[in-house]
Amino acid sequence: MVAISVDPPEISKRHCQKMGFTYPFLSDPKTEVVRRYDLLHPGAGPGGADISRPAEFLIDPTGTIRWVNLTENAAVRARPEQVLKAFDDASGQAAR
Amino acid sequence: MLWIGFLIVLVGFFSYAFFVLFPATRDFPWVNLALFCAGGILLIVGLARAFGRPQVYRGKIFGPILAVMSLLVFAFFGYGAFYLVRQMPASTGAPRVGEKAPEFTLPDQNGKPVALTDLLSSSHGAVLIFYRGHW
Repeated sequence: MVAISVDPPEISKRHCQKMGFTYPFLSDPKTEVVRRYDLLHPGAGPGGADISRPAEFLIDPTGTIRWVNLTENAAVRARPEQVLKAFDDASGQAAR
Repeated sequence: MLWIGFLIVLVGFFSYAFFVLFPATRDFPWVNLALFCAGGILLIVGLARAFGRPQVYRGKIFGPILAVMSLLVFAFFGYGAFYLVRQMPASTGAPRVGEKAPEFTLPDQNGKPVALTDLLSSSHGAVLIFYRGHW
């Protein structure tokens, strides 16, 4: 699992330490990758900063996207069981 | 009755910061709505008493003030919890299922560069979670 936001590394590090997250939190302050994935939400951050909209992607070892979740509601995110099911579905298709 | 109703409305508003931590109460803020309903009912009963039996119950002046303030608090809550959260960009150009994930290299929380190809080469795949920010 990898989390990506516009937060700088030091902010993400404090956030991880506070919340107990152990997976990588990547920093995209210039929104280059956010724009590459067309996830830019202009002016939606504190002080009108450009941020990423919430989204989740499951990518298989070949780099192919197997599942996408583009929530229409910032308060509703993918549940762990949804991601696990997508992973199982993708693994099942690969086995076939 | 009026003050208790108003306090419950305030609890309904400020407790969102707590209930938003749990998916069951974040996906749809039913607990907060229940608190607003409870507060609203008490305010209505309190107003009915204040105007119906003013010789017994007080509140003909501060009752409507509290009621209006409660309505404003509820409207502000509704604006944030039901309208603002749905203001999402269309993202019609986002990569779709079956497409190759755009490559990237970004620093992690320790400043170490991490490339998507590195993540995929040593695993069964990867889940990218784009999020708004630590706030």
